[in-house]
Amino acid sequence: MGWTSRMGAGMALALALGGLAACAEDSTAASTPTPSATSTAAPATAGLTVKDPWIKAADTGMTAAFGTLVNGGTTDVTIVSAAASVSPMMELHETTMVNGAMQMQPKQGGFTIPAGGEHVLEPGGDHIMMMGLTTPVKAGDEITVTLTLGDGTTVPFTAVGKPYTGAQESYAPGAHGSAMPEMTGMPSAGAHS
Amino acid sequence: MTISRRGLFTGGAAAIGGAVAGGVAVAALSPDPTAPPIPSPATLVDYGQAIEPFYGNRQSGVETEAQAHGAFVAFTLLPGTDRGALARMMRLLSDDAARLTRGEAPLADTERELAVVPARLTVTFGFGPGLYQAAGLPSPVAPLPAFPQIDKLEERWSGGDLLIQICADDPITVAHAQRMLVKDSRPFATVRWVQRGFRRSAGMEPARQTQRNLLGQLDGTANPASGTPSFGTAVWRADHSTQLVVRRIRAELESWDLLGRTDKENAVGRTLGTGAPLTGVNELDEPDFTKLDATGFPVMPDFSHVTRARQTDDRLKIVRRPYNYDDAPAADGTADCGLVFASYQSDIVRQFIPIQQRLAEKDLLNEWITPIGSAVFEIPPGAPEGGWVGQQVLV
Ligand code: HEM
Ligand SMILES: [Cu+2]
Repeated sequence: MGWTSRMGAGMALALALGGLAACAEDSTAASTPTPSATSTAAPATAGLTVKDPWIKAADTGMTAAFGTLVNGGTTDVTIVSAAASVSPMMELHETTMVNGAMQMQPKQGGFTIPAGGEHVLEPGGDHIMMMGLTTPVKAGDEITVTLTLGDGTTVPFTAVGKPYTGAQESYAPGAHGSAMPEMTGMPSAGAHS
Repeated sequence: MTISRRGLFTGGAAAIGGAVAGGVAVAALSPDPTAPPIPSPATLVDYGQAIEPFYGNRQSGVETEAQAHGAFVAFTLLPGTDRGALARMMRLLSDDAARLTRGEAPLADTERELAVVPARLTVTFGFGPGLYQAAGLPSPVAPLPAFPQIDKLEERWSGGDLLIQICADDPITVAHAQRMLVKDSRPFATVRWVQRGFRRSAGMEPARQTQRNLLGQLDGTANPASGTPSFGTAVWRADHSTQLVVRRIRAELESWDLLGRTDKENAVGRTLGTGAPLTGVNELDEPDFTKLDATGFPVMPDFSHVTRARQTDDRLKIVRRPYNYDDAPAADGTADCGLVFASYQSDIVRQFIPIQQRLAEKDLLNEWITPIGSAVFEIPPGAPEGGWVGQQVLV
């Protein structure tokens, strides 16, 4: 398989990322989320749930959240950002093959889940990137993550920290025009081609 | 897709498995071109999809009819694993176990295709004295006293802060479950020892038939049977907890081979063929300890294993759920086999120790069996749906 695996460099860069504010949308993702979806949920979002959510356990730097986004409603739902208290900088990422290596980059327009459909977030595929961890995500921790939808409503879910050492992807250099340096050490991939 | 098909037959229906499987094999080999190539699902016993519950008042893997393969995995907690960390660990491990036993991949399973054959998988958690110490709680179990007459205990098979007993009718299912559970235990503990064992495979014999150990004996005859009040009295406490002793006991097959059949049968007090007591005809006949032979000696010898181990009060009985182990023989052919002897009882001190004490003092079978490992564990109550094993203890 052609994945780049540069764990050592990645860990160092991951620490540096905490202070990096290259992406405009990241600062909004870090703002305090609306506490609950229940009071604000519009009909379009009533059906969005997250099945089997988990976060790769990590003490510092970067990690990611995975699970299956299930849209039980009758209209399409778009997730535009995600937030959690443990990470000030979260992005919605996709993973693509670039020059024979798997690289991740922000997903333009966010994740759209069709009415009645599912969208899988998994190592080696789409995921919710969590950078500059301010608090460790320990194995077995339960972490609340809040998704913000296109219409501004929020959907919180609880993900469990899991030990995971799957293969690595690297961050696409210069993704969405920012001066983002190449990041490696992404906790990702696995038995995914 | 993670929803597992339920087995067409489970439990009692497996009793016809041997006969049915035999019929299937014949049909498959039949040269008759008109014979159906695939057996009809109605006659195929689907052992792979049979499921044992994980959630419930009591943990599975105790009263569950013993599956064909077992792995006993003991862990040593890492220094920082305190009560909070134990809760996180048990939350993770319980969720893995719940999914695996349903035939679903746990979260973050990198080999998820291996999870689809539950094969009656059970995952049973045991807490050793060191776990209670780490949690700042008094331990309900303590290591067994030494039995100097018989013990040749080795550190590498003894002790343990946490035990995970993994049993299923398929060895790949056991291996995959073990891999997942070990991976998720890593932040909290190191592997101390693993003891793997086996019995006859599912469908080889009618269900509930007493298993044979590698000394050739029917082993388990006098056990309180699963599902009976006798079992409940011997094993379960009111809060649905119980206690487990795991002893690795080597069988000295080279010297055992030197014996004639009669001597072997006298050592145990039962026949090798049917497992009947020496005073009876059928396996389940009650031994008669008063019956004398022509020379005036008891037919059930005073020193036989059964005579010495006998208990009639259910409150004092133990339930043995052993697995055979058979490692590679030495260069000269000396066997390395025996039992991963697992004994369940509601109170080790009241039930197990007196029996083991009597056997250590006098039991002809001691000549041919040697305890080389010993560990004790509390088996906490089962987890409620969505909960985790140990929550009643650690929260
Ligand atoms: C390798 C070690 C051992 C072997 C091969 C062995 C073998 C046997 C056999 C063949 C029987 C008769 C059939 C049956 O009821 O299962 C038996 C019975 C029994 N054994 Fe063992 N045994 C071993 C170790 C132990 C130990 C360590 C204990 C307990 C400390 C124990 C307790 C018992 C009891 C309670 C019975 C039933 C006695 C009765 O009420 O009839 N055995 N064992
Ligand atoms: Cu990413």
